[in-house]
Amino acid sequence: MKGIRLVYVAPALVGVLFLLMWELLVRAFDTPFYIVPSPVLVARTLVHDAPLLFGSLLVTLRITGLALLLAVVLGVTLAFLFVQSRAVEVSLFPYAILLQVTPIVAIAPLIIIWVKDALAALVICATIVAIFPIISSTTLGLRSVDADLAALFRLYGASRWETLTRLRIPSALPYFFTGLRVSGGLALIGAVVAEFVAGTGGTASGLAYQILQAGLQLNIPRLFAALLLITLAGVAIFTMVSALARLSLRHWHESEVALEQ
Amino acid sequence: MNAILKAAGRAPIAPIAVELRGATKTYANGLHALAPIDLQVREGEFATLLGPSGCGKSTLLRLVAQLSAPTTGSVALWPGERGHGELGTMTQDEAARQRLAYVFQTPTLMPWASVERNVSLPLTLARYEPEQAATRVRAALELVGLAEFGMLYPRQLSGGMQMRVSIARALVTEPTLLLMDEPFAALDEITRARLDQEIRDLWARRALTVLYVTHSIYEAVFLSTRVLVMSARPGHILGEVVVDEPHPRTDAFRMSERFAALCQRLSTLLLQGSGEDARPVGRRR
Repeated sequence: MKGIRLVYVAPALVGVLFLLMWELLVRAFDTPFYIVPSPVLVARTLVHDAPLLFGSLLVTLRITGLALLLAVVLGVTLAFLFVQSRAVEVSLFPYAILLQVTPIVAIAPLIIIWVKDALAALVICATIVAIFPIISSTTLGLRSVDADLAALFRLYGASRWETLTRLRIPSALPYFFTGLRVSGGLALIGAVVAEFVAGTGGTASGLAYQILQAGLQLNIPRLFAALLLITLAGVAIFTMVSALARLSLRHWHESEVALEQ
Repeated sequence: MNAILKAAGRAPIAPIAVELRGATKTYANGLHALAPIDLQVREGEFATLLGPSGCGKSTLLRLVAQLSAPTTGSVALWPGERGHGELGTMTQDEAARQRLAYVFQTPTLMPWASVERNVSLPLTLARYEPEQAATRVRAALELVGLAEFGMLYPRQLSGGMQMRVSIARALVTEPTLLLMDEPFAALDEITRARLDQEIRDLWARRALTVLYVTHSIYEAVFLSTRVLVMSARPGHILGEVVVDEPHPRTDAFRMSERFAALCQRLSTLLLQGSGEDARPVGRRR
């Protein structure tokens, strides 16, 4: 119990100290707010600009959520295809890597030109960024089946389907969640980067657009406020994915069992 | 009914349960695991394959379970029961397979499933009705002394208890042939001795035929009615020793001179096997 409390208290303390130092330094050196705003000013801006910023946050979150969903569906489907047939994996995997190593800023303009719908274009960009960890970790997971357990399933005449649902999928779950944790963060990054490239994307614009605009207008407090929201969104996504992983693995997998004890 | 035969001192003409004829195994990577093996195990026997690590004991057991096919030669289960005019030996293989169970070196449990669900796996895959399966699972868990642990997960159990779950899972289909691949090798000496005792009791009570693999001479003598000694790779059978000590074998048997003499004989046989293997290498140097 004490250990768990420390886990929360210690980082919180570091954060508070950091903000305090920041506030004090800004005041001491009288730094202009358009270079480094004080934390208090950022907080005030966040409250003041709330309708604008939270509207943008929702836009970005929507892109992120859709991209992550798409990445999971496509990534898991591809992983299943890969383990069903070696030929499919060998012929497609290099392209999955190609997708992974190509910087999204380089392809985003093309996608934005090709895809009419702004939202769809952004979702596609974010999906491309987020999908690779899901493909690779799920493929690895589906392959990491205990050889003796697989033999046991064969011995008792399990069908391909039974082996998949009762053996391969449960074995792959911990790996899948590892991929999902990485992909959750990447989907957000992908969404923000795509928004940056897209620039002014219609009426409903995301947080990246707000950052861009605030930067141009030297509205640095708002820039910081938007940045803070993105960071918080990232942390929230990570926390949610972790909670999901814990919920599904807590009974048996070492990674989550260790946390419970 | 077989128990009666057993009580009468084992009928010498019990039907053949396992028969290998000139079976060899060479893996795709060129590893020559088994030299031609001729082996018969009759119903009601507790036959043990004894040999050094890597001598192909496990390979042989996998051949018997039809988890892999021999490179040459044949492996048959209950060859005497093969129908004459029947087509489709496939169904016969299936039927034979349902009568055997396999216990691996490690417990090989599904970590995501409770003890109960682990034990009921063979029944689930054979599409048993849930109620009937539940009854059998309860009986199997009782048999291995884990009746109260059904709801737990494997990681909550000790290594010995996990192995018992594994045995319960093997017994739940009420097999007549039990294949065991060094099941207790990873356990401590005390737990191992206790489980050896339990396995022997099960063998006697359930009229089982057991084909057991071990590298422990003491375990082989304590458990078996017949010990087959295997050589180093490529594995072949060097000889056999019959252990005709009556059933309830106790710790007194472990301490007896007869036990020591049997161990000595097996040890000599084993050394012969490794000697054959070592000599040519020594000469070449």
